[in-house]
Amino acid sequence: MKICVLVKEVPDAAVEKRIDPSTGRMDRSGEKNLNPYDTHAIEAAMQIKEGGAVPVEEIVAVTMGPDSAVRALHKAVSLGADRSVHLSDPAVAGSDVAATGYALAKTLQRESPDLVLLGQQSDDGECYTIGAVVAEHLGMPSLTQVIKMDVESDALRCERQAEYGYDTVQIKLPAVISVGDAINEPRYPSLKAIMGAKKKPLDAITAADAEIDASKVGGENSAAQWIAAKAPPAKAAGEIIEDEDTGETVEKIIAWLDERKLI
Amino acid sequence: MDFDLSREHELIRRTVREFAEGEVAPVAEELDRTKSFPYEIVEKLGKLNLMGIPFPEEYGGGGGDTLAYALAVEELTRVDSSVAITLCAHTSLGTQPLYLFGSEEQKREWMPRLCSGERLGAFGLTEPEAGSDAGNTRTRARLEDGEWVIDGTKQFITNAGTDISGLVCITAVTGGEAADPAQPKEISNIIVPNGTPGYEQGEPYRKMGWNASDTRPLSFSDCRVPEENLLGPRGAGFKQFLHILDIGRIGVAAMGVGLAQGALDEALKYAKERRAFGKPISKFQAIQGKLADMSTEIAAARLLVYKAAREKDAGRNFTLTAAQAKLKTGRLAVRCAEEAVQIHGGYGFIEEYPVCRFYRDAKILTIGEGTDEVQQMVIARALGA
Repeated sequence: MKICVLVKEVPDAAVEKRIDPSTGRMDRSGEKNLNPYDTHAIEAAMQIKEGGAVPVEEIVAVTMGPDSAVRALHKAVSLGADRSVHLSDPAVAGSDVAATGYALAKTLQRESPDLVLLGQQSDDGECYTIGAVVAEHLGMPSLTQVIKMDVESDALRCERQAEYGYDTVQIKLPAVISVGDAINEPRYPSLKAIMGAKKKPLDAITAADAEIDASKVGGENSAAQWIAAKAPPAKAAGEIIEDEDTGETVEKIIAWLDERKLI
Repeated sequence: MDFDLSREHELIRRTVREFAEGEVAPVAEELDRTKSFPYEIVEKLGKLNLMGIPFPEEYGGGGGDTLAYALAVEELTRVDSSVAITLCAHTSLGTQPLYLFGSEEQKREWMPRLCSGERLGAFGLTEPEAGSDAGNTRTRARLEDGEWVIDGTKQFITNAGTDISGLVCITAVTGGEAADPAQPKEISNIIVPNGTPGYEQGEPYRKMGWNASDTRPLSFSDCRVPEENLLGPRGAGFKQFLHILDIGRIGVAAMGVGLAQGALDEALKYAKERRAFGKPISKFQAIQGKLADMSTEIAAARLLVYKAAREKDAGRNFTLTAAQAKLKTGRLAVRCAEEAVQIHGGYGFIEEYPVCRFYRDAKILTIGEGTDEVQQMVIARALGA
C-alpha cells in the first residue's frame, strides 16, 4: 500500500489570526507550524504501517505552499513519512478551496496512492472540504471526520464522527479520508528523526510538472473571493446569582435553564 | 550574519515546546508540591533522544549540537525548572565528563545507558568548603592495591540519589599536598557507580525551588573503586572541571532565558485576561512598560546564549561568552519572575499560578554553576583586568 498524506503549513496556534485587508487573505506572516490535524493523519498512516495488517511500501507527505512550507514537510518526515513532495509555484498562490483541491489532486496523480489521508480541517482556513474536492478530481470515494480506521485487504472500515453518534462505513480503496483529532495521539518526533529528516528525499515540483492547467488555479482564477470579516458580537455579561439560600438558588438556576429550554 | 534557526533547530525547539506544554505543564505543579522526581518525564525524554542531545549517535546520543541542547533546555525551563535542571545536570555535568575525558571502554560502558535516560549521571564537585573555590577540595582518594579508596563529602549534588542514578563523577585530591604544601594539590576525577559500598547519598535538601529535582549531600567512607575508574590522566581534574563548568554555563544560561520567557508569557496572558478599572490591565502603560522591558531584555539575552552555543559548536573559545550569558540570564530570570509575580498581584503569591513557582525557581540561577560573582571574575579575567 502506498499512502499519501496531505499536509499544510498554518500560522501557529499561539498567533492571533487576522485577515490582511489589502489582499483579502489570511495574514500568514507570523510563526508557522504543521497543521495540527495533519499530524493526526500522519500518525494514522504510521499506525497502519506499524500495525502490519497490510504492508505499507511508502508514506509520502504532500503539500502545496510557498518556500516556507518545506518546514511543514520537514516535520511530516520527522514524524515518520518516508519522503515528501512540495508543489510550489507562483501560479497556484492565492487559490481558493476548489482550485487548491484541483492542484493537489493533480500532484497526487503523479504518485498513484492507494490511500490519501489528511486532517479534517486546517487550523487557518478551516474549510473542512479539501478532502472531498481532491476525491472528486481523483474519482475516489471520500470520507470525512474519521476517528477510527481498520484496514481490511482492499478496503477500510472507518468510524466517522457524525453530529449525533458515530457512523461505521466500509470504503473501498483507493480512497481519500480526512481524520479528526480523536483518531489518535500523535507522537513527538525524536531528535534522531529530526536530524535524519533531511536525508529523506524532497521532491520540489512546479505547476507544469504536475500538469496543472494554470487557468484553473491562482487568486485570479478562483471563483470564491473574500469580501469582509468581522469579529463575532461580544458576549453579553453573565448573570450572577448570590447564594443566600441554597434551595432558592437551585430553583433560580433551574428556572434560568428552563427559560432557555436547556433542560 | 544569520539570525534564523536552521530547519532542524527550529523543529527541535518546537518539538520540545510541544512536549513541555503537553507532558510537563500538566504535572509541573503537582511534582513541585509533592517534591516528586519526574521519572515518567525522564523516560519520555529519553525515548525522544533528549537525555543525550549533544553526544554522537555511536554512543547512543541524539547527534545534536550545543545549540540544539540549549534550545531544548530553554523550552523545558519555560514550563518547568525542575525537569530542565534534571536534564541539564545529567547532560552537561553527568555525561559530558565521560564523553570528553573517558576512555573508549568507559564511554562504551556508560554512555548508551546515560544517553537513553535509563541511568542518570551526576557530577560531584561542590563540598562544604569548596564551592566557588572548587579547587579547595578536601575529598581524598588514595591508591591502594589497584583501587582508589575515597573519603570525603560532597554537597548540593543533582541527580545522584534517584532510583535511576547510575554514577557520580567526583573530584578528589589524589596527591601533591602531603609531599609539598606549597605545591598545588593534585586533583583527579573518579567515577563512582551508585551501589558502591561506602558511597552514600544523604537525605534530599529542603530547597527554595527546583523541588522536583534530586539534590543531596554525598558521603564517601572507605569507598573503593577500581583504579581504572580514573577519568583521564591523573592530576587533570582541575582543568577538566573548569572545562565542564564552561560548557555547563551554556545550559544554565539557557535555563535563565527559558524561565524569563516563561514568566513573560504567563504575565502577558494574565495581563490580557485580568481586568481593572474597566479594561484589561495589559492596556495600562505601567504594565506595558514591564512587559516591553522583559521582552527586550529576553531577546538580547537569548542572542548571547545562542552565541555561546554557536562558538562552542564552531570549536572556538567560548569561555567569555558563556560566562556573560550565564551572568546576564540568571539576573534576568530573577527579575522577570519578580515582575511576572508583580503583574499577577496577589495571585502571583498563590501557588495556583506558575509564576509563583518560577519566582522560587529563579534565584538559584544567579548561584548555581558558578555564582554571579564567579562569572564576573571569569569575565574580568578574559578582559585582562
